[in-house]
This record gives sequence, structure tokens and C-alpha cells, in this order.
Amino acid sequence: MAKILLEMKNITKTFPGVKALDNVNLQVEEGEIHALVGENGAGKSTLMNVLSGIYPYGTYEGDIIYNGQVCKFSNIKDSEKLGIVIIHQELALVPEMTIGENMYLGNECGHKFAIDWNKTYSEADKYLKMVGLEESSKIQVKTIGTGKQQLVEIAKALAKNAKLLILDEPTSSLNEEDSRALLDLMLSFKKQGMTMIIITHKLNEVSYVADKITVVRDGSTIETIDNHGKEPVSEDRIIRGMVGRELTNRFPKRENIKIGDIKMEVDHWTVHHPLYPERKVVDDVSMYVRQGEVVGIYGLMGAGRTELAMSIFGQSYGVNFSGELKLDGKHVKLRKSEADAIRHKIAYVTEDRKGNGLVLSQSIKVNTSLANLGAISNRSVIDGDKEYAVAEEYREKLKIKTPSVEQLVGNLSGGNQQKVLLAKWMFAEPDVLLLDEPTRGIDVGAKYEIYCIINDLAAAGKCVVLISSELPEVLGMSDRIYIMNEARIVGEMKAEEATQENIMAVILKSGRGV
Amino acid sequence: MGSSAGKQSFSDLMQKYKIGEFLRKYTMIIALVVVTIVFATWKGKEGMILLPSNITGLIAENAYVFVLATGMLMCILTGGNIDLSVGSVVCFTAAVGCVMMASGINMWLTVLVMLLIGLAIGVFQGFWIAKLRVPAFIATLAGMYAFRGFSNVVLNGYRVDITNQSFLQLFGNGKTSYIPDVMRSVFPNLEGIFTKENAFLVKLIGENFVEKFNVTCMSIGIAAAIVFILVKIRKILIQKKLGISQSIPGQIITMVLVSALTLWIAYKLSCYRGFPMVLIWIILVLGLYAYITTKTAIGRHLYAVGGNEKATALSGVKTRNVYWFAYANIGLLAGLAGILTAGRAKGIDPVYGEGYEMDAIASCFIGGASAYGGTGKVSGMIIGATLMGVINKGMIIVGVDANYQKVVKGIVLLIAVMFDVLSKRQKR
Repeated sequence: MAKILLEMKNITKTFPGVKALDNVNLQVEEGEIHALVGENGAGKSTLMNVLSGIYPYGTYEGDIIYNGQVCKFSNIKDSEKLGIVIIHQELALVPEMTIGENMYLGNECGHKFAIDWNKTYSEADKYLKMVGLEESSKIQVKTIGTGKQQLVEIAKALAKNAKLLILDEPTSSLNEEDSRALLDLMLSFKKQGMTMIIITHKLNEVSYVADKITVVRDGSTIETIDNHGKEPVSEDRIIRGMVGRELTNRFPKRENIKIGDIKMEVDHWTVHHPLYPERKVVDDVSMYVRQGEVVGIYGLMGAGRTELAMSIFGQSYGVNFSGELKLDGKHVKLRKSEADAIRHKIAYVTEDRKGNGLVLSQSIKVNTSLANLGAISNRSVIDGDKEYAVAEEYREKLKIKTPSVEQLVGNLSGGNQQKVLLAKWMFAEPDVLLLDEPTRGIDVGAKYEIYCIINDLAAAGKCVVLISSELPEVLGMSDRIYIMNEARIVGEMKAEEATQENIMAVILKSGRGV
Repeated sequence: MGSSAGKQSFSDLMQKYKIGEFLRKYTMIIALVVVTIVFATWKGKEGMILLPSNITGLIAENAYVFVLATGMLMCILTGGNIDLSVGSVVCFTAAVGCVMMASGINMWLTVLVMLLIGLAIGVFQGFWIAKLRVPAFIATLAGMYAFRGFSNVVLNGYRVDITNQSFLQLFGNGKTSYIPDVMRSVFPNLEGIFTKENAFLVKLIGENFVEKFNVTCMSIGIAAAIVFILVKIRKILIQKKLGISQSIPGQIITMVLVSALTLWIAYKLSCYRGFPMVLIWIILVLGLYAYITTKTAIGRHLYAVGGNEKATALSGVKTRNVYWFAYANIGLLAGLAGILTAGRAKGIDPVYGEGYEMDAIASCFIGGASAYGGTGKVSGMIIGATLMGVINKGMIIVGVDANYQKVVKGIVLLIAVMFDVLSKRQKR
């Protein structure tokens, strides 16, 4: 049996009022990739913060044994000294600084008052090569894409002499191709003897890359599954551990589907990039949605899906629009105004709920009413009681878990935030809902509830456009699927005809050469 | 062992009565009470700060702070944006007004022109900020220089006095600038009741004040307290009916405390000269903006833009217009502050208004507004402005050197914001 590099024993961490971790045990062998899975709020990130010393020794109970020694970290520097390096979910790079400066930020080469820039950049270049980046370390971070930025983060960790690398959702902002490259890089590091812990929501990645899988639920470790069998561990097996029950059907069944007339149609819709007007972000797209229909738009990240949806929603993205938008068969001239789109009963539910969707510093109530204040006010004076009643109604309808609608949205979990965002747009009473990645970064249980809401919306005769980069989701939910690639719609399929294989085939064939 | 058990029960106690939460929520009120007590019990100056003349003075001297801080709060809500130009705008509008009145122009026309000039300046600066997206700090810094210069141009570098008595009565701070005691003239036999012979009233009001006691002012105070209590009770009943769960004992305690405070202030004012005219303007402004921020769509938009501008834009709100509103609005209020400043000083000097912007900004931040926008209340700002006022007044009374007064103010601002930041961090 291989040597145990890290053991976390009976870790208990309490925050005022909640027990975030309850007697958690974790064993990581040297040279393995250990996956940590669990629903949002299960305690994965807290556990890693304990390990890396963000929560210092003394604020938690239990022991961390690393390399046979009990560790008492009082800050991140202590854990990094031993080679435990954590890469956080949100990239922690300064966009205006060069790659090299970023990699050695806080860890500068040479003397504190006389940085050795030659050494910095030559060392940085060396590590960049190790992660497969060709870029020079002297260019600014903002000039490279997110996929490459993630690799820079890893190079930065390597530069700290990492022996145990912790990756917190490393692929959450990457497209499929970059994700795969990153996972392969992890596998190659493993061959060189590196130990890694990966936290992720994407179960296919877990079975692809992990040697062992530890499931965390409600602050406790539930089980550790070995992924060395003949067959890779099935996703259903992992989900069972995560939610504590069998999820026989990941997508709820649609009932009494009644698809009506065409409600919204776009013809030859073309949009240009706001900063590089010569570039088309949506190229000659024609599509339609019918009443009561769920239309999926699938495409890899950067295919133009979000741009399409936002440009339909009151031209809130892009410049130099051309094409036609029809509602109920009639040509509609939407001005460049979100308010105009809302008046025409179009709603866009953003993929970026924290950045573009919610006011985190305000209550559920305030967020729910924000897009339709007119409905609860009289000559722009808000009726507080009515507002409260509306927020309560949606809290019940969408099963938002909160003690009160006065709760700040920033204190809610991702799944509940997403529900508040949906509540906000449902309250705006749209006919057409453009849902952009409505289940991104939320756990399996909450996903199922969101799917149910989508089905209810369609059953109530609304048109739902479901944009997603998760193929099973598009396949499981849609009546009809558009496939987007490189700013164009490259295919359209009925749900019955669509399979993972033929959708991917359409995308690959449509590529104008990579 | 014993000590750890004791510690345990203490923290339990903290949890049970939500002492931590209470302290966090009411930090500045507690600070205000503590500071007042410190000055009120200062050796040799006992009770001086609570003298009726000082309470009245506190209101009159800080009228401009309340008005400007209200406008500043709207700007800060939109994302920590401040307006540096208000001090200069106050001086400029006052200068125009004083020159107009000195040349014999009608007072009401002058007042209107002063407000409109303030509004126009606000709209102009708002245009740069909202439409051309010049950072607010820079656009208003430019305004601060420019309007200070314009004031000098208008005044020709000299002081201009106001002789219009009705202007001074309405907006000033002199002996006449109080609501006259109409109750005494309507009910002449009150004179016979409020005498030193009436043992009950002497005990209730105090020997020194009973003869001149302003019955009208006290009646206003009592009426205000009663109205407040009735409104509050109605609100509690409605909440109960709708099943909105809010701590009812807490609301009753607030209700009692606020009405007691109202009565106390009314009593103090009645003991001096009665109800100051400027207090009318202050109450109108504070009341109106408390209403706007809590009950109207534009108020909601101010908070939303400061909390998350992109999300607000995607909710169909024209966010640029929200900025424009905030800056046009503070211009208007700077016009009003100009009127009050000129009234109090009975004229205008080219240097008046310097540093007013900082007083307003400090009041907002001490009152709990976030430097990043999105949070802050008019009630908090009132506490902040009052705390600054009490500290100013108290230091003058106990005789702190004028130079050190500024040091103390700086330290207070720093500590207040530190409390705010720390309490927010703890919450996570």
C-alpha cells in the first residue's frame, strides 16, 4: 500500500450558529488524484480552507497529519512551505500584471527590496512550459484567455514547489476542450508523482481523472469510493452518495405538452462584438420558439449562445445589429433598451447570477420585485405589503430555502440564489424566457427543482429557450434543439432524434478548421 | 475548568439575547449616547451640553450638514460615489442669492433662483458623470474649483450682507427665526398658568424656564409623538394581520424610545426660544428622502445600482439616469443648504462652505453607509451627523483646542468605519 501523504482526522469546524464540518476524515495517498465531491454547501471548500491554513489552527477541532507530522498552520504561508498549495475557484490573477509578476506575487524572486526580474521571468517561463503554455511570461495576464489563465494558476502553484495541489473547481469557467486539456495535464503530473485533490461538480471529470472519490454531505464524509475497478465508477453511483438517495431520473417528466403557435422568431440575426466591431458574435441566425415549447440551444462555450440571447433581450450586448425580430408573427422594432424588451414580455435569465443577475447586498424581496417594480407600486410609490406578499408567494412556489424573504441574497446558497433569479423574472410575467445556463454551479438536488420549474413554465404556455453547455441537460429537457458553433446555428434537431453523438458530430463537421 | 465553563455560559448568554447582533446594529446609537454622557458629565461642565440653548444650537448649526448629507447619501448609495463640489455650490448659490437680495429683488424669487441654480449645477455635473462617464470624483472636483471661483467672481471677493428680514426669519438663526408662541396669544390665560407660583409646572419644567416656556413648540412635539405612535401601532397591526414576522417587542421599544426622544427635544427647545424655523426645513428634507429611499421606485433603483449595476441594467432600469438623478438631486439640496448657510450667517463670505462636503461625507459613512454603495439609510445618516455635531459642540464646551478638534473628528471617522468593516466581516 502506498504511503499516506495526508490525513485529516475528525475535523470539526463550527461557525456561529452552524456546524460546517462534523468529524470529517480524509486520507490521501501519495501520488494519487483524490476527488472531493458533494453538493454546494456540503463543506468541501471549508475543509480545504482548514487544510491550507486559511482557517488557522485552533479555530477547528481535529488533526491534520501531513507526511507523518501533525501540522498547526496559522496561515497560508505555513501550509505552502510544506508544499500544500490551493488553487481557488475564482482566478486570483491581477489582469494588468504580467504572467511572471503574477506567478511570483507575494513570493518574489531575489531580495525583498531588489526583485530579480531576470530570474523571475526565466523561472516563470520554465514553469509555463511544464504546464504546456507557449506564451512568454512577460505578457499581461489580461491578454490570454481563461483557459490559459487557469494554466498560469497551476504554473504559479508549481513555482511554489507544490507537492500536494488542491484544485477547487478548476474547470468551472473553462470550455470542454480546455477542461480536457487541464485534466490530461493533471494525469501527466500524477505520473511525475504529484498528489492532487480536485473539487468538482462535473462527475464525468471525476470518473475520468480520480483514483479515489470522497463524498461529502452536510459537513460529514459519507464514503470514499475506489475508482480502480474494471469499470469506471458510474455517475449515478456518485450522485447516490451525494444526495443520499437514488436519483432514478435526473430530469423530471414533462406532462401534457401543448405546443402552440410560433411566439418569437428571429430572422438573419447578426450581431457584432462591442469592442471589435468587425467580428461577428452572432452570424445570420434564424430561429423560432413556439408557445409551450422548451427549445434547447447547445454549443460549446464561446459559440455565441449568450450573445444571441442578450442581443435579443433589448440589444443588451453587441453593436451593429441586423436582422428581424418577430413576436406573434409581427415585426417588432426593439430599441436598444432592456426595459423595452421587458415590456414586450421577453426575459433574459443570466448565466452569471452574481455578476449580472442579483443584487447580493439586498434582500430576496427586493431582488424579486426589481424587474417589475411597476406591478407592486402606485405612481412609483412602492406598496411594501404587496411586495412582501409577492416575494412570499414565489418563495413558496419555488421552494426557496430561507427563514425569511428579508434575508440578504448574498447569504443564500447557489441553488437558492438561482431560484431567486428565476423568481425575479417569473414575476416580470414574460411570455418568452431566455434561460442562460440556469443550473450552472448548483447541486444535483437544486438542479432537479429548477428543471421542474422549467417544465411548469412550459406547461403554463410560456416559451422557454434553454441555453446550456451541458449536453445531457439539453437532451433531457428540450422539445427541440438548436446547435450553435462559431456564432452560427449549425443544426436543428427534434428531441427524439438527438443524441450526444450526433450533436457532437454536427459541431465537429461544422468547424471551420481549428 | 471553571473559567471555561464561565466563558461558555457567557457566550451562550450572548447568543441567547443576540447581544452581538444588537451591538452591531446599534453601534452608532450607543456611541452617540456614550459621547453625550461623557460630555454631560465632564468635570466642571456638568450638564452644559444638554442646556436648551445648546440643543437648539446643535440643530441650527448643523442644518447644512443634515441637508447636504442627505444628498450625499443618495450619491454614495449608487456605488460609493461622492460629490466634492457641494461646499463650493453652497457658496455660489448663496452668493448669487445675497447679491440678488442686496439689489432689492423679491425674496421668494431669490429663493427660487437659488434652488434652480443648485439644480442646474447638479444636472450639469450629472451629465458629465452619467452620460459622458467621467468619474464622479473628478467631475465634482472640477466643480469644486470652478464654483469656488465663480463665487469669488459674483462677490467680487467681498462679503455681502443680507438685510431682508423675512428671509432671515425663515432661514436664519436669529431671535426671530422661531415659530412664534401662538398658543399663548390664542389662550391668554396660559400666562397665568406658567408662573413660578405653579409648583407642579416648576417641578416639571424647571424654575428658570417656566415663565418663558414655549407652549406651541411643546404642543407640536406632543402631537408629533402621538402621530408617530399611532402610525407605528397601525403598522404593527397590519404586519400582524399579514403574518409578517418581525419582533413586536423590539418595535414597541423603538416606538417608546423615539417618542420619548421627540418629547425630550421638544421640551428642550421650548425652554429656549421654541421651534427653530430651520428645523422645519431639516424635517421636511429628512422626511421626504427617508420616504424616497424606502418607498419609491427611484429609491429602490439607487440601492440596486450600488449593489449591482449590471444586474440592475438587465432588469430594465436605465442606470445612467439613476446617477443623473443622484447628482441633480444633490445640486438642488446644495442650493437649499446655500439658503440656510446665508440665512444663518446673515450674508455670505467668499470662503463659506469650505469643507462642507467633507462633513456631509463623514456623516454618511459614520452613519453606516457602505463606501462601496448599495447600503445605508437616512436614519443612519442622521445619527452620523448628530454624532459629529455633538462631538463638535462638546469639544467647544469643554474647551478643546480648535486644532485638536479636527484631529478628534478624523479619529472618530476612522473608528466608525472600522467598526462597520469589522462587524461586516464577522457576519460572514
